[in-house]
Amino acid sequence: MGKAKLAVWKFASCDGCQLSILDCEDELLAIADAVEIANFTEMTRKVIDGPYDISLVEGSITTADDAQRIVEIRKNSAVIVAIGACATAGGIQALRNYADIDEYVSAVYAHPEYISTLATSRSISDFIKVDLELHGCPVNKEHLIELVAASLAGRKPRIPQYSVCEECKLRGNVCVVVAENMPCLGPVTSAGCGALCPAVKRGCYGCFGPMQKANTTSLAIRLKENGADEDKLHRMFKTFNATKFEKEFSS
Amino acid sequence: MENILAGVATTQGIDELIKLLLGDGYQVIGPSAENNVIQKKEITSVEDLPKGYTDSQAPGHYALKRDSSSPELFSWAVGPASFKDNLFPSKSTLFEGKITKSDVSISQKEPFSQKVCFFGIRPCEVAAMAVLGRVMAGGPYQDPQAKSVRENSLVIAVECGYPAENCFCTSFDTGPMADEGCDIIITEITEGEHRFLLRSGSDTGHHILNRLNYKSALPEDVSARDRVIAKSISQIGKSIDAENTPSMLARNLSSHVWSDIARRCLSCGNCTMVCPTCFCASFEHSNGLENDFSVTRRWDSCFDTAHSYIHGGSVRTSTASKYRQWMTHKLSTWVDQFNEIGCVGCGRCITWCPVGIDITEEVAKIAESESK
Repeated sequence: MGKAKLAVWKFASCDGCQLSILDCEDELLAIADAVEIANFTEMTRKVIDGPYDISLVEGSITTADDAQRIVEIRKNSAVIVAIGACATAGGIQALRNYADIDEYVSAVYAHPEYISTLATSRSISDFIKVDLELHGCPVNKEHLIELVAASLAGRKPRIPQYSVCEECKLRGNVCVVVAENMPCLGPVTSAGCGALCPAVKRGCYGCFGPMQKANTTSLAIRLKENGADEDKLHRMFKTFNATKFEKEFSS
Repeated sequence: MENILAGVATTQGIDELIKLLLGDGYQVIGPSAENNVIQKKEITSVEDLPKGYTDSQAPGHYALKRDSSSPELFSWAVGPASFKDNLFPSKSTLFEGKITKSDVSISQKEPFSQKVCFFGIRPCEVAAMAVLGRVMAGGPYQDPQAKSVRENSLVIAVECGYPAENCFCTSFDTGPMADEGCDIIITEITEGEHRFLLRSGSDTGHHILNRLNYKSALPEDVSARDRVIAKSISQIGKSIDAENTPSMLARNLSSHVWSDIARRCLSCGNCTMVCPTCFCASFEHSNGLENDFSVTRRWDSCFDTAHSYIHGGSVRTSTASKYRQWMTHKLSTWVDQFNEIGCVGCGRCITWCPVGIDITEEVAKIAESESK
């Protein structure tokens, strides 16, 4: 059996998650050894035709063309993994979903008539069946390595579903909500980053999206006590994963 | 044990004790003010101790402040980090290895062999280490690190003169006075001249005190110490009925209070992480990209849905059932399992709960819901 063929696709995104793959540095050669990197234009111009065993998809769907392109990719891939906040929740650009797209386009572009775009930015799973989602803005490179290693061993990758709080405690961070009265989304956000922001005394921005059974209502009450007003709370929940935290600011 | 030896020391005398321990080859782990909380760290002199610091704690709140004119070294209650990870590290590799065409090689962790002194630890911490030690190394299958720490570490406890608002050690006789499991017991006295009463609690402690030139304790030192304890006891406002709670909870698994708690509970797992006795772990088998593999252990939480995952799905998916699992284990089924209550009343789960859920109040509500 030949090596598994890996493809990496880009949709509406900043390329940060693709860079996380390249950021694997120490493990990159081992990855290239373990799988055939068949289609990854951020890394190499050499493109090998599909079908592909694993497709990593970065970015959200924001145009009609992209909505078609992702369907083709699905047909050509055995396994599809959506990587990052754009691919799994629409990303920051999903803020358009809560505004008037025409107004945005006319404010941003000199020639709005050249722009052809959907009114919303949506996740990959809104258009096709996705086999796995890796969260984060950007994704954690350890998750990418785990994904490849697990896929090759034929086991399920271990991706945490619990809160960032657990990672804070495993790392020995002091809770910024309790000891610093900071607004922090850690208690409702999925682990995966290693509690990066609280480790430098910043509240969690929620870039990994909601954890299992996120109790955003209860946290919001506490964060108000910590000085976050309605506007601030809406902005907190409406950053990287607005569509996933949606129920919070719509209420 | 030999007779209890009791001496009186100044701050300088405490420094001499720390230096003696270092000279004996101990790694001394003691309290220090860092990152705006009382933390534990490796200390080398009395200068490392959190002199003049006091904390204020409330459900979901912790604040540290300093009075630079205060000579007191131990005027605070427990901080966020317990000594749990000294017995039971938050993350550890149990073994790792490599698979080649003809062989499987396994390298195991070096056995734990540090000579550790836990210095300035609160009585509730001593009790918690004992409870956790019985779980990890009390039965036929003993965790090597927990066993080593349990058998070989030196414990120098400080009786509690400053309980926090969330403390309830008096419910379980785990404080504010120190008793079992201590080699030396220190009480800081501010009445009259600032001084420390040191008493031996073991032969090892006795020998250490014998080597220091402390003044012998006088009856007034001992009675001043008794007043420190009496004052602390009078300041502890929270409680759990240790005798009746285990059976009361077992009768009330369908109480409406569980779902009331679930409305507030974030199921973030902070309570289990800061609890000095919560011992759940996840054992993770992994392979890497180069035929390498490892088995690691990390702290797990009953608030993680994956914690109760078995074939077909998770047993506990609702927050109400997760919280109930946690509380009933701590205060009820732990008794069935280990013949004691799994809580020492340190109050960490109350302070470090981001939404300030108070285990003592919730127990009271469940008891009240039964009587209605």
